[in-house]
Amino acid sequence: MSEMNNEVITVMKLRTIGRHVRESFKSIWRNGWMTFASVGAVTVTLLLVGVFYVILMNLNEVANSIEEDVTIKVLIDTTATPEQQKALETELKSMPEIKSVVFSSKDNELNQLVDSFGQQGEILKLYEQENPLNDAFLVKAAEPETTKQVAKKIEKLESVHLVNYGQNDVDKLFKIISISRNVGLVIIIGLLLTAVFLISNTIKITIVARRREIEIMRLVGATNGFIRWPFFLEGLWLGIFGSIIPITIIAILYKNIYGYLAPKLEGNFIQILEFTPFVYQVSLLLLLMGCIIGVWGSMMSVRKFLKV
Amino acid sequence: MIVMENVYKKYPNGVVAANGIDVAIEQGEFVYVVGASGAGKSTFIKMMYREEKPTSGKIIVNGIDIAKLKSSKVPLFRRSIGVVFQDFKLLPSLTVYENVAFALEVIEESPRIIKKRVMEVLELVNLKHKTRMLPSELSGGEQQRVSIARSIVNSPSIVIADEPTGNLDPDTSWEIMKTFEQINSHGTTIVMATHNKDIVNTKKHRVIAIDGGMIVRDEQRGDYGYEA
Repeated sequence: MSEMNNEVITVMKLRTIGRHVRESFKSIWRNGWMTFASVGAVTVTLLLVGVFYVILMNLNEVANSIEEDVTIKVLIDTTATPEQQKALETELKSMPEIKSVVFSSKDNELNQLVDSFGQQGEILKLYEQENPLNDAFLVKAAEPETTKQVAKKIEKLESVHLVNYGQNDVDKLFKIISISRNVGLVIIIGLLLTAVFLISNTIKITIVARRREIEIMRLVGATNGFIRWPFFLEGLWLGIFGSIIPITIIAILYKNIYGYLAPKLEGNFIQILEFTPFVYQVSLLLLLMGCIIGVWGSMMSVRKFLKV
Repeated sequence: MIVMENVYKKYPNGVVAANGIDVAIEQGEFVYVVGASGAGKSTFIKMMYREEKPTSGKIIVNGIDIAKLKSSKVPLFRRSIGVVFQDFKLLPSLTVYENVAFALEVIEESPRIIKKRVMEVLELVNLKHKTRMLPSELSGGEQQRVSIARSIVNSPSIVIADEPTGNLDPDTSWEIMKTFEQINSHGTTIVMATHNKDIVNTKKHRVIAIDGGMIVRDEQRGDYGYEA
């Protein structure tokens, strides 16, 4: 007898694992429609999770790239002497929160303005004779998030006429992302719980169908772990099967979208996430979520029915 | 060896099924447990294999106080006893051989030992020629013998039987009795709850009579004592 007791403590044997896997697949097959419904629920959930995730991550990337590009335009007082201008430049360059300072003459500024208006900009060329614009320093903050504070600080410096920056647009974009993230989260949690519930019901059917088997197992001294394994695996398979279709669809979709958008965005400061490794990350995330949903659902039923 | 000391059992609904039980059953004994339905016979039996826990008192089986045994240790304890029921509790989709082997497979015994032990016990209960049959193809007595084979395949020191002949006709009951006596002759303790007056009065063994949750009579080579 003691020889037998020792065996329980040893690591699970290969044929035991084989047995559990076999039993779990038998149940999946036997539960037919419930299996189908659970896998379907996981599929729908993960597909939505995946699409949301891809969109949000890319919006985030776009916002970041815009933010990276936010420039503070420091307009120099027209009355400033070249010495004062030099002093301002030195001062800006000495500030630790500033990454770069580039001078842009008023002629250069006008050319850019003309360019930005395209065809209609031709009329602005009239100003070439008497340029009303200011010379400017184009300043980039070391941390894009601190742009606002840096701009405020520069405003107070001498010889500064005006400070412009595009932070408000970026702030708005971040707000939109944050709202859509919260809305998405609520929807996803709702779907997640539905999927868990369906899986737990499927496993419940398995447990009820195998009540007598479980009763005998307990009677002859099978451990709770041994009894639980096939149900645990059944849940796991349901989760994994449910993640296959979403992973495939999202990978194909993203490949096409990336293939379409990436060339158009070439040379632009706006970026979307590259196909690799992003799609691998999404796939891994979906697979992991499928596993968690499946195991969670099955553990819920098992706990209730096996009174462990 | 089974020892009960001052065992009480009160169910949540208020029923007192064991009201101060003291008893000692030596290794190798053959014991009948008799009593009317609802006398506390089933609870007495169920406490021996830790299907029920006593409210208070000690139940020592093979040196372990199973009243205090942690749930996680129950599976190991169960491997040292065999249990037989009135309704056989066989798995209908498994053959005779598979039903018996099941008890060893789920405790992860090696295939070599399983094969050897299953054939041994099926020979002992005289079913070696029907290993490939399903329970539905067997008579009641044969099904009960499969269930007995399953209970002893793990070489337990104690076999507990809860009315094993309750569903069987008299001739078949005698056959089952013979099997139990044979197992007992190898040194295995048998505790058998029964309503079968003929058997108790003919095959003389110790009789423990239970009424109102108490042992009201405990005799070596006793009689059934009730008018069934």
